[in-house]
Amino acid sequence: MMKKLKSKYVEEYVMRSLMILATLLVLVFVASIIWTIFSKGIRSLSWDLVTRLPGKDWNTAPDGGFLNAILGSLMIVLPASVIGAAVSIPVVFYMTMYKRRTSRLSYMARLAYDVLYGIPSIVYGAFAFTIMVMVGMRASVLGGILVTTLLIIPIMIRSGDEIAKTVPDEIVEAAYSLGATKWETLKVVLRQILPGMVTAFLLAVGKAIGDAASVMFTAGFSDQLARSLSDPSATLPLAIFNWITMPDPFPERAYAAALVLTIIVLLLSLTSRIITRRITKNNL
Amino acid sequence: MEDNTAKSVPLIVEHLNLSIEGQPILKDVNLTFPNNKITCIVGPSGCGKSTLLKTLNRLHETTDYLEVEGRVTIDGQDIIQARDTELIELRRRIGLVPQKPCPLPMSIYDNVAYGCRIHGMHRRKKEMSQTVERYLTEVGLWDEVKDRLNAPANRLSIGQQQRLCLARSLAVEPDFILADEATSALDPVSSRTIENLFVKLKEKYSIIMVTHTLPQALRIADYAVFLYLGEVIESGDATEVFNNPKEELTRKYLQGAFS
Ligand SMILES: Nc1ncnc2c1ncn2[C@@H]1O[C@H](COP(=O)(O)OP(=O)(O)OP(=O)(O)O)[C@@H](O)[C@H]1O
Ligand SMILES: [Mg+2]
Repeated sequence: MMKKLKSKYVEEYVMRSLMILATLLVLVFVASIIWTIFSKGIRSLSWDLVTRLPGKDWNTAPDGGFLNAILGSLMIVLPASVIGAAVSIPVVFYMTMYKRRTSRLSYMARLAYDVLYGIPSIVYGAFAFTIMVMVGMRASVLGGILVTTLLIIPIMIRSGDEIAKTVPDEIVEAAYSLGATKWETLKVVLRQILPGMVTAFLLAVGKAIGDAASVMFTAGFSDQLARSLSDPSATLPLAIFNWITMPDPFPERAYAAALVLTIIVLLLSLTSRIITRRITKNNL
Repeated sequence: MEDNTAKSVPLIVEHLNLSIEGQPILKDVNLTFPNNKITCIVGPSGCGKSTLLKTLNRLHETTDYLEVEGRVTIDGQDIIQARDTELIELRRRIGLVPQKPCPLPMSIYDNVAYGCRIHGMHRRKKEMSQTVERYLTEVGLWDEVKDRLNAPANRLSIGQQQRLCLARSLAVEPDFILADEATSALDPVSSRTIENLFVKLKEKYSIIMVTHTLPQALRIADYAVFLYLGEVIESGDATEVFNNPKEELTRKYLQGAFS
């Protein structure tokens, strides 16, 4: 009896130590990433870098800033997020309200986005590039928007669906039994899942804005601000990719750009937290 | 809401068969639930009581691989076949209080007001808060929650949630109230409150309740249904069924349950 108790205690002790160890490992990992980016980035980041376009000699010397890349990234990711959400939200709703396994369309949709979710972004980029060549389109903001939308949709649908699945059937039944229509019931369900959906969508946006592979061939590069959808544009992840492989002092700029990108993503997840908290406070 | 015409219309179940994944759950159920009476459905766990109540509200639709045939009519309107537009009104008239209480993700106040809002009842603010207070008082919850009406409903205890769900169903003024073990999580005193409420309510509403507490059934039932493995073994006047059962199975169940 005592022996058994003791071995149980040891077992728990070992497991707990392992969990703490793993957690610490992750924390160290995160801290070192942030430390590297901040310590190297802060040194080279300046007001000029983020507010000025590249100068005339940008490709031979560190001349001017990278406003074109910041704005280019935003110009591509913001519309892509809006279009992505506009497509994903109805799909998530459809699968939530008609989530019966017997619905063949729901089943097919789940299968399709699971496959899409697993496709690496470079493949999206290559696919979009092939199509663009076929229709005679140049690398442009529009191309970037299209491929980023493609990239975002499966992420949004998948995480939205996971969150919608957590809604207990009883809530749906409770609303129905009071005589609520499907649409009214959906609104009740939405109160429950909105915070999670907002978080999931902003995380998808964060993922998209940091992805270099998808925009590499589709958005191209330009040292100017894009004036129309058909102009090519620089993006932050590609700028980092280019500078980091160049001789000093270019890697400095890569760290600065990485810092800007990290700050944008951090801001996004911070916003999602604040929004989530606010919604939860008001509704739940 | 005008509901005085419906008062004299019973709820009729005819040849109801229901199966899930090919497994029969309800077998040829024929019942007429009388008006202004308390009907108690009793039977061992898993015999299909909750499924029957859900079908009366057409909530079985959310279950996969479910097949149902037969008729459930109120006022001559078939609930099983009703079109979506009719269904909304039919569901309002037949309120279901679920076995597992489940507050809507909103405040205590809104939980009670929600049904009224979607049906456009009590549009004036004052009228609505009076309604909320009235039904919360009737189920014996008002004193416990009156200071935190805007708090989220899912923080209430299970017993409180059970009463909240009852108040929510009552607020839309249904003709029939289907209560699935509405007192299962309540202490004896609160249970009595609900029992007394049901006795009072039957002047205006008809009540169909499921209970495992036979003394409770004895106390308040007018009409009784004994369900066993998805079949109605016996139904009729409550005193008859409980004191003088015609069927051997009923007798055995009652003896087992009483001793
Ligand atoms: N969604 C479902 N899928 C498969 N089987 C189900 C489903 N819902 C109910 N059943 C089956 O139907 C039968 C009746 O279930 P029901 O919940 O109606 O029983 P009950 O009489 O209410 O029991 P209890 O007194 O324990 O609440 C059970 O055998 C149950 O396993
Ligand atoms: Mg049950």
